[in-house]
Amino acid sequence: MSTVFIAFQTNEDTRPIVESILADNPHAVLDEQPAMVKINAEGQLVIKRESIEERIGRNFDLQELQINLITLSGNIDEDDDQFTLAWKN
Amino acid sequence: MDMKANKKKLGLKEKYAHMTRGLDWQTTYQPMDKVFPQATFEGIKIHDWDKWEDPFRLTMDAYWKYQAEKERKLYAVLDAFAQNNGHLGITDARYLNAVKLFLTGISPLEYVAHRGFAAAGRNFPGVGPRVACLMQSIDEIRHAQTQIHALSNYNKFYEGFHAGAAHQIERIWYLSVPKSFFDDAFSAGPFEWMIAIGFSFEYVLTNLLFVPFMSGAAYNGDMATVTFGFSAQSDEARHMTLGLECIKFMLEQDPDNLPIVQKWIDKWAWRGIRVLTLVGMMMDYMLPKRVMSWKEAWEIYFEQNGGALFNDLAKYGIKVPDCITQCTVDKEHISHQAWCTFYQYAHASAFHTWLPNAEEMDWLSAKYPNTFDKYYRPRYEQWREMADKGERFYNNTLPMLCQVCQIPMVFTEPDDPSKICYRESDYNGEKYHTCSDGCKHIFDDEPEKYIQAWLPVHQIYQGNCWPEGTDPTAEGFDPMAKVLEWYHIENGKDNLDYEGSGDQANFAAWRGAATQNT
Repeated sequence: MSTVFIAFQTNEDTRPIVESILADNPHAVLDEQPAMVKINAEGQLVIKRESIEERIGRNFDLQELQINLITLSGNIDEDDDQFTLAWKN
Repeated sequence: MDMKANKKKLGLKEKYAHMTRGLDWQTTYQPMDKVFPQATFEGIKIHDWDKWEDPFRLTMDAYWKYQAEKERKLYAVLDAFAQNNGHLGITDARYLNAVKLFLTGISPLEYVAHRGFAAAGRNFPGVGPRVACLMQSIDEIRHAQTQIHALSNYNKFYEGFHAGAAHQIERIWYLSVPKSFFDDAFSAGPFEWMIAIGFSFEYVLTNLLFVPFMSGAAYNGDMATVTFGFSAQSDEARHMTLGLECIKFMLEQDPDNLPIVQKWIDKWAWRGIRVLTLVGMMMDYMLPKRVMSWKEAWEIYFEQNGGALFNDLAKYGIKVPDCITQCTVDKEHISHQAWCTFYQYAHASAFHTWLPNAEEMDWLSAKYPNTFDKYYRPRYEQWREMADKGERFYNNTLPMLCQVCQIPMVFTEPDDPSKICYRESDYNGEKYHTCSDGCKHIFDDEPEKYIQAWLPVHQIYQGNCWPEGTDPTAEGFDPMAKVLEWYHIENGKDNLDYEGSGDQANFAAWRGAATQNT
């Protein structure tokens, strides 16, 4: 199984996003680096719009992730409700 | 009273379909193959452009909205940085030499990438890649401009920023390395460009360039660089995805594409890794506070992450590039070999160098237990001894350059770190030299391309690197001084050792003034 990851700038916008990801992906591992927060996960990682909206108390468009995104690894599948990163092997 | 609005908006997938695919048409006044003349000569066969997937499904309206927000954030930080003397908050002015290398070596590549993706978008008959290339082209010019803008703040205070991103890339010996990399890609066809830049550089190697560089900037208090870096990097995930989609698309369209794609992956992985030698040197030697060693970054971002990627591509028959065996040896050497080179040629470089101090050498020993104490520490100790005696070592012989990557012949044989590695090829009765099996292989495959290389050392010896009107027969003619003048390097200010430089003295004085009233 290969590792996927996603990294964001460390700021107030990304704090609830990172919390949601960690809550929705119990197998994910947090790696905090200078000014950057990276989340590693075996196989796949799912980001759910609803979980982020619960934490920020407003509507959230998953494309807003792009503003603070630094890098990622894995094949992407995105629709209105979730953003998935996966290595399918 | 709460009003529940009916959901009228199109979903992401429908919106993307209407606003990209739905806006394409087949030409009728002219046949499609005349409108897109570069689509076939490389041998890549595409049967159905509609099979192209763009997983981000970004449309132009969303693109403008998010890019505008990124710009607002960036310029707020740049204003704050300038207003609050942010340049005095960095760990040490020595750090800025890494930034000078970035401005002169990397920012111009962003500009070429802008042109290259505009050309690729123009030349692809499919609407999916055309829109994605258009956005990337606009991203890349944004990166070039924001980098130059952010770093112009440093030009008010420090040496070596005055020539900016445009002048020196065409001239200075070590900058021909990144320049030739992009020139090579841009002078290929659109599909090779996508494998070279979209896939190999953006997907496989960009993390090694931007993530350690920007984390390093953050660690060293350089708010301006972190901010433009992360603002640029936020576009990178989209670029990486474009590169990955492009390769999958090419492999799925026709089995005949596999050997062509594999050849390009082998070539561009090696070309990219050679260019990144400069980043390795920056991470191991130029950051006063270090995030991780080059070797560690290589293991995380190339060996682990690249390994996952190539496992995924194995189902198409793609193999890990041949150069990996050599890279596994090289990861423990190249940053040291590069810094040793710049130390010897500090008089001809547009930034300062220095010898690592005792604490830094211990860090290097710990990070490179197999190589540093054995091969490199003795060299630095010898140079330290010479410098202390007033005999600071400068190498005044211009080195031979590799005909492909244009790096001086400073790398060693994979099985013998005490022996310089070089390879020789014959073409039309002339001899050409390369630095490695990887570069020789690339040369031998397309000699007619690489014999045209503009090699800085050859050009200096041919008398092409002096200011206009220079008379080399005049009494007291000093070729090196004239080359520096042509480079726009101010001798004694921009080059030589950091120790004793204007940057060092000014930084100490200004930082002192920032904390005292006298």
